[in-house]
Amino acid sequence: MGEAQEKANSSEMISGSNLEKIFRAGHFAITTECGPPKGADVERLKEKINHIKGCCDAANVTDNQTAVVRMSSIGASAILVQEGVEPIMQMVTRDRNRIAAQSDMFGAHALGIRNMLCLTGDHQKFGNHPTAKNVFDMDSIQLLKVIDHIRTENKVIGGDDVEGPAKMFLGAAANPFGDPFEFRVFRLAKKIQAGANFIQTQCIYDMDRFKKYMQMACDHGLDKKAFIMAGITPLKSAGMANYMNKFVAGISVPDEIIQRLKGTPKEKQAEEGIKICLEQIETVRNIPGVAGVHLMAIEWEHKVRGILEQTDLLPRPQV
Amino acid sequence: MIVAETKPIEEIYGFIEPYNKIMVLGCGGCVSVCLSGGEKEVGVLTSALKLKRKIDGRELEVVEMTIPRQCDWEYFDLMGSRLDEVEAVVSIGCGAGVQALVKKFPDSLVYPGLNTSFLGVGEKPGVWVEYCQGCGSCVLGLTGGICPVARCSKHILNGPCGGSEKGMCEVDPKNIPCVWQLIYDRLKSIDRLDLIEKIMDMKDWSTATDGGVRRMENPEVFALEHKQQEDKEPAKG
Repeated sequence: MGEAQEKANSSEMISGSNLEKIFRAGHFAITTECGPPKGADVERLKEKINHIKGCCDAANVTDNQTAVVRMSSIGASAILVQEGVEPIMQMVTRDRNRIAAQSDMFGAHALGIRNMLCLTGDHQKFGNHPTAKNVFDMDSIQLLKVIDHIRTENKVIGGDDVEGPAKMFLGAAANPFGDPFEFRVFRLAKKIQAGANFIQTQCIYDMDRFKKYMQMACDHGLDKKAFIMAGITPLKSAGMANYMNKFVAGISVPDEIIQRLKGTPKEKQAEEGIKICLEQIETVRNIPGVAGVHLMAIEWEHKVRGILEQTDLLPRPQV
Repeated sequence: MIVAETKPIEEIYGFIEPYNKIMVLGCGGCVSVCLSGGEKEVGVLTSALKLKRKIDGRELEVVEMTIPRQCDWEYFDLMGSRLDEVEAVVSIGCGAGVQALVKKFPDSLVYPGLNTSFLGVGEKPGVWVEYCQGCGSCVLGLTGGICPVARCSKHILNGPCGGSEKGMCEVDPKNIPCVWQLIYDRLKSIDRLDLIEKIMDMKDWSTATDGGVRRMENPEVFALEHKQQEDKEPAKG
């Protein structure tokens, strides 16, 4: 176990972000997502920010998600800071090498960003520039190590001293449903060893499999080394459930959920989807080792407040 | 082996548009094995170019030739003076072959007939797959002899990512196996999963193309050459 993770659960603050404080105070954390606009439309971004303001402890700001060009996660995160919603800046290694990654992290820190989620990123094939050259100088685990190195050693990975401390509360993603299933927890352990303080999982629908995964994670003591958040995405329709099940790699939607939505009249499917989402939130809250929910309402940010208002998770604690 | 594919005929046709007599030069090496640049393919390309010219109402004369390798100087001697007869050459050797030809015959006009693609292996008849990226610092000893640098779509060294499903890669689930599933299965079968439970550190890419144009020196041969050079031109004094 590296120095950084020991610190994660110790009393010494790493970045002092709101999210970190929430975890340390023992609260069940709520994060959500705020996708930047496909351009420089600040007003549209502010609208999205308004939807989630007060509903979460921090919000992920995606980094050219699915390789579709959008406003940079750093720029958008800085606007979240101005607007009073704490960002979790996502960073992918698809588009930047170790030089750019470290430099961008310093820039983000200077702009008041204190949470960072390290990802490898979706292949550019899925986006709107499939003929681009990718970078992949590092993978997500190596990026975690690089940023962890800066906060623990105060040196860039190339060896030079860092001017002014730059400490990020570090996150990573985990997919409990990718293959091979039995290796998934080992990979999670590697991410935590590399420096991840919190983990957000891919969206979960198959609760039995997730329980098994969490059991394995707890058996390895990983819930003590990092804060593990369960990813939940509300389904808008039976069609969406079917699509996610069939076409999104690493996501499986159990047949009973698809059938439940199919059996609901079309105009009531969204409402039913939200009901399922609320049940899922309750379920994961009772799974040992789960420290929070990451609510990813894809292009449905305006529903986040309504969903959470039906739980006892609002208002969010002030720490 | 170096794997290369034939360029679209229209592209090659465009290259030779100004000329009436050309040579199509094949290579008996890798590209012959992967059925894109050998003697047979010289014949096929020649026929196609001639036919297209005929349809366009112009004749095209072609000298067909294949030498054992286009990346070794000595084999060019086999061409004799045939090159003098033609206005241009279409080489269906790999990119190294085309450039060797240009270097050897700087007065000739040389055009590529292939797109050189990757270092690979023929997995089944007619199908070649990338296995090596020539990164200059081999990791196969840590991954059960299966390369993530070349065979993971995202070159991940600590895989598999979340896009691995039923043994296949999300980038092309029909054709690309998830190399990390292959590595996992292989290491499990030889009881060496411990190798991937450790974090693999960032790679030193300076040995790959990222470090600038690469060269390799064989110290013994280099020393010998150097000595012969010295013998020819004894040091002054």
